[in-house]
Amino acid sequence: GVVLRPFLVMESLDGAARTLPSIGRLSWGLPFGRAHGRCGLSPSGGLLLQKNLDSQAVAFLLRKRWALYSVTPLYKFSSAHLKAYAKLLSAYIAAEKQNGLAVEVGVELDIKVAISCLPDLKGSEQDEAAVLVQLSLRPQASQKKSEEKVVWSGWFCSVCGDDLSKNMPADFTCLPVFLANGAESYTSIVGSWFQKMFDCCFHHLAISPLNLSWMAAMWTGCKLEENASAMELVFSVPSLPQSLDISYAIHAEDAKALWDTVQKTPGEITQEEVDVFMDCLYSHFHRHFKIHLSATKLVKVSTAVASAHCDGIIKLGLSRQYFIAAFQRKLLTLALGQK
Amino acid sequence: MLQSSKSPKEPLQQHQKRQSNLSAWLKVGSIDPEKSVQDHQSLNDQENDSKQEESLEPALSYFATVQDGVSLKKSSALQRHLATVESIALQRGLPPEAFNVLLSTALSGKLADTVSIRLLKSLIPESVVPETSVVSAVSWLCVSKCPSNIQVLFLRWLITVFDFIDHKEDLHALYGFFFFFLQEEKMCPFICHVLYLLTRKENVKPFRVKRLLDLQAKMGMRSHLQALLSLYKLFCPELVSITLPAKTEIYFKDAEGPWKAAIKTIRQRRLENSPVPQPLILGTAQPRPQKRKWNAQLMIPASSTNRSDLEEVREKNTGLYSTDEYFPVELLQTFPQLLQNIHRLEFPSRMGSVLTNPLLLHYMNCTKDESVYLRLHYWLGQTLQEECTWCVVENSQNEEEFRDFLEILCRAQCFLHEGLTPCEEFLYRNLPLWDGLCCRSQILRLVSWIPLNSMYDMKSSLYDPLAQLFSTSSLYFKCSTLESLKRLLQNWLNWQMVHVDSAADSQTLNTTFSGLVNMVAELIHFVGMISTVALRLESNHTFLMYFILDFYETVCDIYLKYNMPLLIMPPAGVFYPVLLAMDPVNLNQLCYIMYRYRANLVAAKENEHSEKEVQQFRFSSETYKEYNQYITAMVGCLWTSNAFQKDTHPQGLRMDDELLNETGVKELKTSFNIVYHPAMIGYAVQFLQQAWPDDTTFNFSLIKGKKWNWYLKYLYAKGLEGLKVFIESSISRVSQASYNKAENMET
Repeated sequence: GVVLRPFLVMESLDGAARTLPSIGRLSWGLPFGRAHGRCGLSPSGGLLLQKNLDSQAVAFLLRKRWALYSVTPLYKFSSAHLKAYAKLLSAYIAAEKQNGLAVEVGVELDIKVAISCLPDLKGSEQDEAAVLVQLSLRPQASQKKSEEKVVWSGWFCSVCGDDLSKNMPADFTCLPVFLANGAESYTSIVGSWFQKMFDCCFHHLAISPLNLSWMAAMWTGCKLEENASAMELVFSVPSLPQSLDISYAIHAEDAKALWDTVQKTPGEITQEEVDVFMDCLYSHFHRHFKIHLSATKLVKVSTAVASAHCDGIIKLGLSRQYFIAAFQRKLLTLALGQK
Repeated sequence: MLQSSKSPKEPLQQHQKRQSNLSAWLKVGSIDPEKSVQDHQSLNDQENDSKQEESLEPALSYFATVQDGVSLKKSSALQRHLATVESIALQRGLPPEAFNVLLSTALSGKLADTVSIRLLKSLIPESVVPETSVVSAVSWLCVSKCPSNIQVLFLRWLITVFDFIDHKEDLHALYGFFFFFLQEEKMCPFICHVLYLLTRKENVKPFRVKRLLDLQAKMGMRSHLQALLSLYKLFCPELVSITLPAKTEIYFKDAEGPWKAAIKTIRQRRLENSPVPQPLILGTAQPRPQKRKWNAQLMIPASSTNRSDLEEVREKNTGLYSTDEYFPVELLQTFPQLLQNIHRLEFPSRMGSVLTNPLLLHYMNCTKDESVYLRLHYWLGQTLQEECTWCVVENSQNEEEFRDFLEILCRAQCFLHEGLTPCEEFLYRNLPLWDGLCCRSQILRLVSWIPLNSMYDMKSSLYDPLAQLFSTSSLYFKCSTLESLKRLLQNWLNWQMVHVDSAADSQTLNTTFSGLVNMVAELIHFVGMISTVALRLESNHTFLMYFILDFYETVCDIYLKYNMPLLIMPPAGVFYPVLLAMDPVNLNQLCYIMYRYRANLVAAKENEHSEKEVQQFRFSSETYKEYNQYITAMVGCLWTSNAFQKDTHPQGLRMDDELLNETGVKELKTSFNIVYHPAMIGYAVQFLQQAWPDDTTFNFSLIKGKKWNWYLKYLYAKGLEGLKVFIESSISRVSQASYNKAENMET
């Protein structure tokens, strides 16, 4: 890979900004149907989260790779029945695993299912509380003292979807983003059960280069801790016999400085600003390597806040302070917009 | 009975099907007993010829009173009566009253096992099996007077004739007794089968689930236990969970025994003499083979919801619907079942499964519950977007599957007579990216179901992308598109007829009536525009004209047929090419359409004057003017030969005399009418050949006066009905005048 530590080139900025057509406010979220959400990055979205966040409750969410799924509204889901759901799901998993043998619901099984609410994990008061599903292996009888080992976890969340939650018809619960960590086989069993139980459907979410560049800009804009790790963008070069990836690393503070000059209104991001930001990075790269990154495909963005891969895998950053704050709204629009 | 199946759901289906077939047969038997008696008699007459007819009576009374332990070898009476029972059973089946005696004899162990077995084997019902006889047989079973092989034989018999038992309530009450027999290892598979047939929701109890699970633990995976357990799960998912292996094929061992064939034969004999239509069973989709990939199954089989028992406060329905027992959708197989259970039916756990199930579509049509549609819409929207082959690159191999899916959607929409919103959104999103080839027929059919009360802007969502594809695609695509737009127009018009009529105040609709009229008008103008373009691009192709005129055949009658005050003439770019077309079919069709326009305009004019219709819309004078211009041109082309002089339409045929003179055509004033028109000249030639066989000069000017009228009749006889109604309505006076003139001239 090619690694470059760029310095900022300010003069290119204004020129680029002038030549770009005005695209205006982000509007690609929901071209058809459902609610048209405001998609600026309003401060309330993330801040509310930070205040109430119980560090214990979300610690497990950090530093893991999460596969992203979008989920249609759950029909007749009720957080009052989580225990009963857990029982059914646990029997379902056991029945799936021993194909053909019936399993009694409610008895102790090898895999324990816990379903719980994460009431703190929401962007606004209207949002549904996030729901966490955890599968753990029951300790063997011989090693009684050993702890239950979590083998798979997944959580549903709805963040900053004020309009969505308000417009949801009765009997439906909107938790449009699902993140799973663990073996795919468990994801499929749990997903099938939810699909059957609540008549919803799951679809794997891929993240387009356009969305990745949005994430790059958003995460760059987050306040930095000391010694934040560099921002890294990975590009893949298409139509080559052998795959060639270009890795482009930028000092976090440099990237932030660039973004601060691009962003007009703090707390809001427009497509135009994102384009300018990326174009600046591209032209800088071109100046040094004579490679047009705009002709390649952005496949991965990684910053101190979080990282995202075009395959729909994200990893929450090390910093709890910025936990999801920066991109949950993004995820929501992703999940709904299906772009 | 339930031997082979491809999926877990099938045993139920087969069972249900068989039941309904048999009940249909029973009906035949019970409706017409005299006839069937006659049949038997005639049958017996044939077979027994001079032999005296056998009677069952003595045999029955013999078995009712027979002493214990009579030996078959030693008692000729026993031999004779047993033979009588067997032969009657095989010939015509046993009457209901025979079962009690014979079952008791066989199961009480009075006689030797061989006799019991022979008796059991001959228990072939003529019509029904009385429940009482079965109940008493079960009580014999409980006292265990007979060896296990006879018990098993009885159970197999019971399974085979289950659908012939006249009532089953008391039998259901014996559920616990049957359940007890599960512990008998030999009987277990058959008991499972009997229980499978008997089980109702109230029978599924935690202790029974425990017992079955214990059995499973003891015996391992057994298909009969799986079947029963999966039925238990169906009724009470909160008690037990089971996933059936995809490969499971045999649920119950062959329980048919010797009776099945005999029953079939007797049934056959009966049906031969009383033909009845087979009961209509609405088909359900074959479940697809299970795929390994998670979530890759496009169509979902219907399965019951697990939810009902979790609800803490379950809404207790009152009055007519006071039953808290749900009818599992898996058991729903026939329309009569739907009617009987409609009050206690619940939609399947996944609404997507209704698409392939006509019965559930019927049910969905009856429901007002918004959430039903929402559930379907969420799923459909997501699935369409995810599976769209030309949008998701990795999906390119799945085109066939996607096509099948769209096909199912088209059929479902046709069945429901309405478009589903997700299909509409799917079209708007994906038409701009469509190549016009992939799943063409399905996509175009989806277009024709776009709802009239759509919330979207048709121009940017539908017309613009469609116009781009239209003008760059083949002739065939153009014709298909026109066809689908014609259906769209018809669907819209039908929809507004139903909905505007039923909701006289169109407040309930999202749009006002004039909004709907505008939408229809916009569609017609769009089709007019693309038709003009297409005629130019395809050099006035006959085939294309046919489809365009087909569209206008609906347009011209909107006012009279669909009661919508809308009348839009075809644009000049369509009208004139057709008027000057080379083939008579399209010209004839144009005449018909113009005739209908006239009828609609006349009706509108009359309604304008009537006081009742004050609120009616008026057609603008422009419309009348345009119609008159077209009529002038048509009369000029078909009758008076003065189209070049008289046509006033700005895009019309009018030409300066100087220009006309340059053509060098003599007798301009008489040279363009139904004789000389390029589409008609073929008829004129044939007419000349028949009228003046000797004349080879093709003197068309001979067709005038009386001959002119003959020629007209000749054309009408050739099937030019459109021309006929047009001439009779629009040129009648002229025609009459010229006819009179001709008469005068000849006299």
